[in-house]
Amino acid sequence: MLLIQNITKTFFPGTVNERVALNDVSLHLNTGDFVTVIGSNGAGKSTLLNMISGKLPIDSGDVSIDGSSVKRMPDYARAAYVGRVFQDPMAGTAPDLSIEQNLALALRRGQRRGLSWGVTHKRRAFFRSELLSLELGLENRLKARVGLLSGGQRQALSLLMASFTQPRILLLDEHTAALDPQRAELVTTLTKSIVDKHHLTTLMVTHNMEQALRLGNRLIMMHEGQIILDVDAERKAVMTVPDLLAEFAKIKGASLDDRALLG
Amino acid sequence: MNAALELGLLYGIMALGVYLTFRILNFPDLTVDGSFTTGAAVAASLIINGVPAPLATLAGAASGAVAGLVTGVLYTKGRIDGLLAGILTMIALWSINLRIMGKSNLPLLREDTMMTPLRDAGLLGGVWSILIFAVAALVIKFAIDWFLSTDLGLSIQATGNNEQMIRSLGVNTHRTTILTLAISNGLVALCGALIAQYQGFADVSMGIGLILVGLASVIVGQAVFGRRTIFLASLAVIGGAVIYRLVIFFALGAGLNPNDMKLISALLVVAALLLPRWGFLKRVPSLRHMRSAAAVKAN
Repeated sequence: MLLIQNITKTFFPGTVNERVALNDVSLHLNTGDFVTVIGSNGAGKSTLLNMISGKLPIDSGDVSIDGSSVKRMPDYARAAYVGRVFQDPMAGTAPDLSIEQNLALALRRGQRRGLSWGVTHKRRAFFRSELLSLELGLENRLKARVGLLSGGQRQALSLLMASFTQPRILLLDEHTAALDPQRAELVTTLTKSIVDKHHLTTLMVTHNMEQALRLGNRLIMMHEGQIILDVDAERKAVMTVPDLLAEFAKIKGASLDDRALLG
Repeated sequence: MNAALELGLLYGIMALGVYLTFRILNFPDLTVDGSFTTGAAVAASLIINGVPAPLATLAGAASGAVAGLVTGVLYTKGRIDGLLAGILTMIALWSINLRIMGKSNLPLLREDTMMTPLRDAGLLGGVWSILIFAVAALVIKFAIDWFLSTDLGLSIQATGNNEQMIRSLGVNTHRTTILTLAISNGLVALCGALIAQYQGFADVSMGIGLILVGLASVIVGQAVFGRRTIFLASLAVIGGAVIYRLVIFFALGAGLNPNDMKLISALLVVAALLLPRWGFLKRVPSLRHMRSAAAVKAN
């Protein structure tokens, strides 16, 4: 499904600010895999997602979806295969357009956009039934400007817009981090039900270890541009947050020792 | 007074073009100063050379669309700042317009223009011609309303509203930007072609300062009539163009001379932008709002 081969990405190469964001990262996701990604700030989690979505160019290595390389596709072309929810609840929706217009835009993901009406009766009925599944009452506010919604509502809508056309890959970039705990919980629950419903192949970055353990069937931990831990479903099911922290300390300690030796 | 209403409705077409870039695309496009004259120059030259007026007018509109396309390509593919891209095209068009016209002023007095039937029937300056111009402006307004509610039009609205979001939904925002600039400048050039025929000449300097007239129409119109929906916003733009002409009409009546009009336009725009910050005319978006929107876009 999603195959990432030996990706390297360096920011500001050749300057004093040079920073290796991804160092020879490889990852393979099977269809229906729901992988959670954790790691400290600057570990390369977001960069990895940007490589997949095409937001940033890849220095070396390759990304392929369903067996064909998407490396040379610009971000808007990859959008046909990749749905994405951003950390900022404002980023995933157009505030001056109505809920139904936003959904109409999302409905045409990866397709030609012509001169037929954006919002039709048929589409509206579909939007209403999809919004119903969010259980936020938005199905009665189809004509409301999205800018009037709360952050949690906007993020739930973004999630729906990123997923209801069932893209090959769903990328979630700390999409609950900017919400208060209650809203974050709501969006987390929605994420689980939407991914389950459509069997979406999903990559979710999170800062919340508990969330990372609770959701999905696989967990990877990143550190300094590399994947340092890959936990499968069985092991993940019995793992706790302290286990994860202990694992992190162990690996990090080891890598520090290596560097000390090399230095 | 009637002439002011006629002119206002004709200039309403230009204001609709400016509305598309300034409000929908969130792009301050200065190309219009040049493309307005290009439309007039192309239409006038063709009419003088015996091309039927409707065809010449359409050709004028098309030439403006090409100018918009150039600005769009400079901005997207060339990554030149939007303001500068517009200025570059505008300045280049000055020379091109002179080339098209061959001299700085082309009279159309004895030519068969789109205004000739109206003039022959004695309708110009009367209620009927105002109605005819109003219908013409409204037809274009409704066409824009419809266009903006299509799949393509929605993606254009989203390009101006949240570019990152619409790219992540699979829209090539370079294309939507270029397309909108082409349509916008096509409308502006169409207006230029019609104005040349209305006033009986094309002049190379007729577009100077036109962007301010467009902005004044959009900002004042939407301050007065509102902009909650596309339907209302585009109607308000035409209303704003008429208000602008009436302001000019009364300013001239009060003893100011035509050379003062650019100053009046500038003051009108400044007033429309500043007054809402002092709690008056609340519906006008303040500069602060526009700046924060620009900042969001830049991120």
